[in-house]
Amino acid sequence: MIPSAFDYHSPGTLAEAVALLSRLGEGAKVLSGGQSLLPLLKLRLGQADHLVDIGRIPGLEYIREEGGMLKIGGRTRESALELSELVRAKLPILHDTAKVIADPLVRNLATVGGNLAHGDPGNDHPATMLVLNAQVVAVGSNGERVIPIDKFFLGLFSTALQPGEILTEIRIPLPPPRSGGAYVKLERKVGDYATAAAAAQVTLGANEVFSSVGIALTNVGPTPIRCQAAQDFLYNKRPSDTAIAEAARLAGEACSPSADRRGSVEYKREMARVLAARALKKSIQRAEGR
Amino acid sequence: MATPRTSPEISGMGHSMKRKEDPRFIRGRGNYVDDIQLPGMLHMDIVRSPFAHAKIKSINTERALKVPGVLAVIDGATLAKFNLHWMPTLMSDTQMVLPTEKVMYQAQEVAAVIATDRYAAADGVEAVEVDYEPLPVVIDPFKALLPGAPVLRTDKKDKKDNRIFHWEVGDKAGTDRAFAEADVVVKQDMYIPRIHVASIETCGCIADFDRVNGKLTVYMTTQAPHAIRTVFALVAGHVGLSEEKIRIVSPDIGGGFGGKVPVYPGYVIATAASVVIGKPVKWIEDRMENLQADSFARDYHIHAELAARKDGTMTALRIKTLADHGYADAAANPSKFPAGLFGIATGSYDLKHAFVEVDGVYTNKPPGGVAYRCSFRVTEAVHCIERITDVLAQELKMDPAALRMKNFIPAEKFPYKSALGWEYDSGNYPVALRKAMDIIGYEALRKEQAEKRARGEFMGIGISSFTEIVGAGPSKHFDILGLKMFDSCEIRVHPTGKAIARFGTKSQGQGHETTYAQIVAEELGIPAAHVQVEEGDTDTAPYGLGTYASRSTPVAGAAGAMAARKIREKAKKIAAHLLECSPDDLVREPGKFTVKGAPQRFKTIQEIAFAAYTNHPQGMEAGLEAVSYYDPPNLTYPFGSYICVVDIDRGTGEVKIRRFVAVDDCGNIINPMIVDGQIHGGLTMGMAPALMEEIQYDESGNISGGSFMDYLVPTSMETPAWETDKTVTPSPHHPLGAKGVGESATVGAPPAIANAVVDALAHLGVRHVEIPITPEKVWRILKEKGAAE
Amino acid sequence: MTNHKIDVTVNGARQSAEVPARLLLVHFLRENLRLTGTHIGCDTTHCGACTVLLDGQPVKSCTVLAVQAQGREVTTVEGLEKDAKLHPVQEGFWQKHGLQCGYCTPGMLMTGCALLARNKDPSEVEIREAISGNLCRCTGYVNIVKAIQYAAEKLRAQ
Repeated sequence: MIPSAFDYHSPGTLAEAVALLSRLGEGAKVLSGGQSLLPLLKLRLGQADHLVDIGRIPGLEYIREEGGMLKIGGRTRESALELSELVRAKLPILHDTAKVIADPLVRNLATVGGNLAHGDPGNDHPATMLVLNAQVVAVGSNGERVIPIDKFFLGLFSTALQPGEILTEIRIPLPPPRSGGAYVKLERKVGDYATAAAAAQVTLGANEVFSSVGIALTNVGPTPIRCQAAQDFLYNKRPSDTAIAEAARLAGEACSPSADRRGSVEYKREMARVLAARALKKSIQRAEGR
Repeated sequence: MATPRTSPEISGMGHSMKRKEDPRFIRGRGNYVDDIQLPGMLHMDIVRSPFAHAKIKSINTERALKVPGVLAVIDGATLAKFNLHWMPTLMSDTQMVLPTEKVMYQAQEVAAVIATDRYAAADGVEAVEVDYEPLPVVIDPFKALLPGAPVLRTDKKDKKDNRIFHWEVGDKAGTDRAFAEADVVVKQDMYIPRIHVASIETCGCIADFDRVNGKLTVYMTTQAPHAIRTVFALVAGHVGLSEEKIRIVSPDIGGGFGGKVPVYPGYVIATAASVVIGKPVKWIEDRMENLQADSFARDYHIHAELAARKDGTMTALRIKTLADHGYADAAANPSKFPAGLFGIATGSYDLKHAFVEVDGVYTNKPPGGVAYRCSFRVTEAVHCIERITDVLAQELKMDPAALRMKNFIPAEKFPYKSALGWEYDSGNYPVALRKAMDIIGYEALRKEQAEKRARGEFMGIGISSFTEIVGAGPSKHFDILGLKMFDSCEIRVHPTGKAIARFGTKSQGQGHETTYAQIVAEELGIPAAHVQVEEGDTDTAPYGLGTYASRSTPVAGAAGAMAARKIREKAKKIAAHLLECSPDDLVREPGKFTVKGAPQRFKTIQEIAFAAYTNHPQGMEAGLEAVSYYDPPNLTYPFGSYICVVDIDRGTGEVKIRRFVAVDDCGNIINPMIVDGQIHGGLTMGMAPALMEEIQYDESGNISGGSFMDYLVPTSMETPAWETDKTVTPSPHHPLGAKGVGESATVGAPPAIANAVVDALAHLGVRHVEIPITPEKVWRILKEKGAAE
Repeated sequence: MTNHKIDVTVNGARQSAEVPARLLLVHFLRENLRLTGTHIGCDTTHCGACTVLLDGQPVKSCTVLAVQAQGREVTTVEGLEKDAKLHPVQEGFWQKHGLQCGYCTPGMLMTGCALLARNKDPSEVEIREAISGNLCRCTGYVNIVKAIQYAAEKLRAQ
């Protein structure tokens, strides 16, 4: 449980951090909450020659509503998300998600930015951010850029973040009235990664049909999976048990789980379906104000 | 609950006295092995094999020795020079300390790095280069017995197979006859998977060899310090370690549960290193090492058969078990019982015939067998009988509570000789079951279940009415490596009426500093708050076999009572001397002796104690102390009835325990609060194997469940709010009528849960589900039966 | 690899040291400062035996680098008592038999303490949720819940 030796840097500004990462190159890793990185280093599964701790850079932890968006600083702790009244009121799905990440102690240090940047398909925020159509703001030596979430998750432990880029903000467009979302996670015990989890976010438009649908899955593929076919199926339809069942079935077909101690491929695929249905039901309930 | 005989000030039996050991723990001043630092202390870390079975072609230590802070690397060749590379196990098998030829399980110790600090030692371990040549791996114990299977123990001359032992008990002919004549026979295969006790503190030691005085002190996470000392003396006598110059100190232990009984290679290597280097050497394993290499529990493949008459009367039980022991039989069983106390398998039922056989087999897995709060294989036996009882109930379409009531050994029949040779001391099973049924509202639950079934909802009620067997044990039958399983207590009363009591056992959280003090308080009337209890230092504590298998209260607790009674006899004589009367004129009350008919004439135990040093009768030795080595006349038989209610999620297969009522009977209770605590913890360690915990190996011997990522220890969220109650049926032979309780709940809980799940699915035609009952297992059944969401 | 100079306030006292970057906070506390009340129980950030307060928040000190604690406040179990007077949460564990072997106890105490600082009257569910990152093998959690409820009541009365 003891990491190999590494060098440690603690820049005081974002510019300093970016410059450091650029100078140190491939062997440098960003240390945010450390709750994904340090466990890897302790087991000597990952290698880092340098850790660049962004923990002392001011202005990276916030949750605020601005211009029709919820803007969350990249270093915002999961526990802050969980306790935020603003999040609970405006984006219950995000509260659902923060609440089931790891355990309460880990959440006091783990950051939202880290949860996304790590590229771990087992992490919970990615699926939620997909259905919320979030944007990721990254700062690197080429300046700041905004990455749409659908372009963010590239593969297993691989995101669109370039080496030397720091995830500084997540922007979530606030949904219109008659919207609701939910995140439903099946885990073997508290603290585990998802056996499978489903995120759903819907808006009910005129004539009570779905005017917007987002469905995504956690830990049933090398990246979080947006269930496009399920979304397309529900668009413009009325909520009904049969519609939900079909959408959930399509969601189950969209995933490619791997077998492990959490379950076989068959079980995980089925759970994706079951949980997608449950997330949809709950989203609809919330959209209808129930 | 009986009213205590002593006042709260004296706090003898029956008082929920707050624990005396708590102050240091709540203040963070516990003294666990890793807390201890000695001057000049070095650190040891271990290189482990990635292969389950492989020849060691070479070990290259060059890079490791260059790591700053690394002082030495010890391998099997080093230890072989002192003939310490192999050691005996507690079952008189042999196991490697460090290999010279081949490794036989994944994570086996291969070499040890000694360094100035633990970070350097970890770097050193990474730098040791070992060249392995993989050998064919034997993982499946059934395949291990097939002709042509690779023979694993090539170290044993003339060994041609992988068999370890065949053990049997009971009357085969009579049992076979009873089966032939039976109206109904049910059969069931059950696998009790390998699990690991995972106490929150892992194992470790500091070995400190003093070159000047020739004395070895080892601070060790051990539940049995004296036995360890003797084993060390026998094993390492030839390198100059002599028993009077070996001191084993078991300081505060962060949970044992049986996992801290075996002698682990790390202890021996650290000791050898300290002897050679002349400095203290600390070795503390990390969690993955603990899960992957230390003693496991269970791994029993059971085939059970139960015969009955059509009215539900059980007539015979037949069991054949294959015991997977890993590559060495290192289970800490009493030597005559290679399958431990599995012979309790007739359980709480009046079975006239029974025959049980167990075959032990070697495989490429870590050695062990009884390290998880199991009372020496009683968990396996109870799971077997309680599961097959429900199978019989299902077959006969009888209510499982009614079937049990019909077959319980009636209270009048105690002491009861079972068909497998045990004499149960006392019991009243129907009362306990009825109490559990009343508390949980059994009849109403059955109604609710019927209604839910009609609506397609799955709810189950499971019962476990177990009989435990603890307190090993009478010297006639019980020894470990020849050391008889008595236990001991030495009490010395000081002039000011306080006392110190030392025992041969070793608490790892069971509260002995409090409960033993309460025993002395009960017998002598000295307030428990004034009785200092010590255990664990072999230089001072009287010889004992340690704490495991719930033996402390039955054996050492009895020794405490007997030692106190010896003191009482002397105290009475001193009181008579002080009161100028005959001892026969005195009446004993808590804390004093009073003259019959003259209650104003008495002497307190404090006055007597003072007199023992200042005014003792001429011709009597001064002082007030005694020692007792207690050889129990029998084991004790705690029992209980547990009822579990589960609801099943049809979509995910998750099993939710809605309620769990545990009615336990451990005879007379020393401290009710502590007993409840033991039950809560035991139930949690019963639930975990039933629903979540399992260590698995693939065909190549790679472990899964070798870290807390996949070895699922329940949190506060998975653990239900346990409901507990008691009945009290004292043990007729124990001086205090007490039986012991530490493991009852771990023994009784798993089948209650398994029975509840099967009960929930029974109407679909399901009659058995293997533990751990994971959501996927349940989901598969629902899917197969067309009942999934 | 150079050492880093750190100043950390531990239990109210300023501690200065020079430590390697990779030194875990739990080792800094246990070995450098000899505060052995904080324990180590696993290697995968699961068990919570190492829980301390970092600027008042309960965290797993095995998954924090000592250098990350530079300029911050750490409270360990040794810092709960004031002038040898026990904190109500410590009293609760004693009164309600919330510990057996004592190994998970410091972590539980720190988590319990932090919970009660933000929630004066936690329900059983809230307590179980709060301690869900702290594993216990001995108690089955029942009395730990009662201990924290006892402490809550005591704190409310103060």
